Amino acid sequence: MSNPRNYQTEAIIIKKTKLGEADRILTLFTPHLGKIQAVAKGVRRPKSKLAGHLELLTHSLVSLARGHNLDVITGSQTINGFLLLKSDLWLTSCALYLAELVNQFTADHQENYSLFQLLLATMQRLEQPGNNELLLRYFEVHLLSEAGYRPQLHQCVVCHTTLQPMTNTFSSSAGGVLCPECGEDQSMASPLSVNALKVLRLLQSDDYPTVSRLKIDSSLARELDEVLRDYLRYLLEREIKSVAWLDTLRKQMREKTLLPELSTAREDTG
Amino acid sequence: MNETVPATGAVNRLIQELNKLPGIGPKSAQRLTYYLLRAPEEQVRLLAEAMLSVKQTTRLCSVCFNVTDSDLCFVCRGDRRNHSKICVVEQPQDILALEHTRIYDGLYHVLHGALSPTEGIGTGDIKINELLLRLRNGSVDEVILATNTNLEGEQTAMYLSKQISPLGIKVTRLARGLPFGTELEYADDVTLTRAIEGRQEF
Repeated sequence: MSNPRNYQTEAIIIKKTKLGEADRILTLFTPHLGKIQAVAKGVRRPKSKLAGHLELLTHSLVSLARGHNLDVITGSQTINGFLLLKSDLWLTSCALYLAELVNQFTADHQENYSLFQLLLATMQRLEQPGNNELLLRYFEVHLLSEAGYRPQLHQCVVCHTTLQPMTNTFSSSAGGVLCPECGEDQSMASPLSVNALKVLRLLQSDDYPTVSRLKIDSSLARELDEVLRDYLRYLLEREIKSVAWLDTLRKQMREKTLLPELSTAREDTG
Repeated sequence: MNETVPATGAVNRLIQELNKLPGIGPKSAQRLTYYLLRAPEEQVRLLAEAMLSVKQTTRLCSVCFNVTDSDLCFVCRGDRRNHSKICVVEQPQDILALEHTRIYDGLYHVLHGALSPTEGIGTGDIKINELLLRLRNGSVDEVILATNTNLEGEQTAMYLSKQISPLGIKVTRLARGLPFGTELEYADDVTLTRAIEGRQEF
């Protein structure tokens, strides 16, 4: 590549790992360069000028210099530190989940501008009051589309007949919905209710302002969560680590072992 | 380079073992090995014994999980310590840093890590339940959260605060602001926001 030695890009920091005594390797998700890994020197020292601008879940303008193996970060300026999000345990955990999904579903140096916009918008929406369980589902469905795993929700994946408004089957291995006949002898599949199918279609085709007006009861919310979770897990062939933590928090919020102000943002989940 | 050298001979074996230590690459490992080869036998023996005894005799304090060579660590054993305050830290090294200031006279609790959902570290993997148990039994009236100020440390502090406040114990967090000897110009938004919020009469 005949690229300049120094370059600058917007980025959201989605992962960090320690390197040596005081350095870190950061995974940056950028609008035009895709996912890149870069070394941030000395950011674990307290006097580092960079550290605060390069914390996880920060939207920054980052300057980099090409290195032998990994590029080196030479400067960084915060665009949005997501302070509101980071001062709430539940919202931080949700955002970490988004970051983990993006990291798992992208390959290095593959530009994906709309996924960058989706991640940024979703993090901003997490800071707005609203049903953030539904927001997570919206993110998952659109992430699947951006990553090339858009589930087929309109006709049976096997026989291609239009799906009828009845209980159908969702098959992770087939990548979409099966009609009752084709879904009968599928092992890796679970039933999908009419309402869940409708909501999934809406999530897939409408914009968030429309989707956010939906009212969803808790059993439907659970069904959607399970269907998408199974599909994501099937595609990644592994557990998504932050899901377990989200479940722990959900459980504690239900049992009210955590103080109520933590769950204010989730009131309308029902 | 090192992979091509077969693991025969005492010299190569030591080089390979030293190479496994953090911050020591193949070259440093070689340099240390040849240094030890020339050093007096007494010095090498002391080093070997010190390394073995650190593994064999140290364990975790039964109260605060600091590293110690007896049942209680030097802080929990101390008779001048204020037993109504507990300072929660991520790792034993943090205690050394805080003790160096000589300003804190309470007890500690070492979590041995911080909550990190993306790495799969949950409440069961660090000493959170042990802390809560300790608070329920003891006569503590203040818990000082001194976890790191990065995202994981903040998350851990928020979680602990939610868990501890219902017990009727005062929860405080170390002040977050500008480090000594730095320039304002380079401070990030989070630090500056906290510094303004937490400003004090001067």
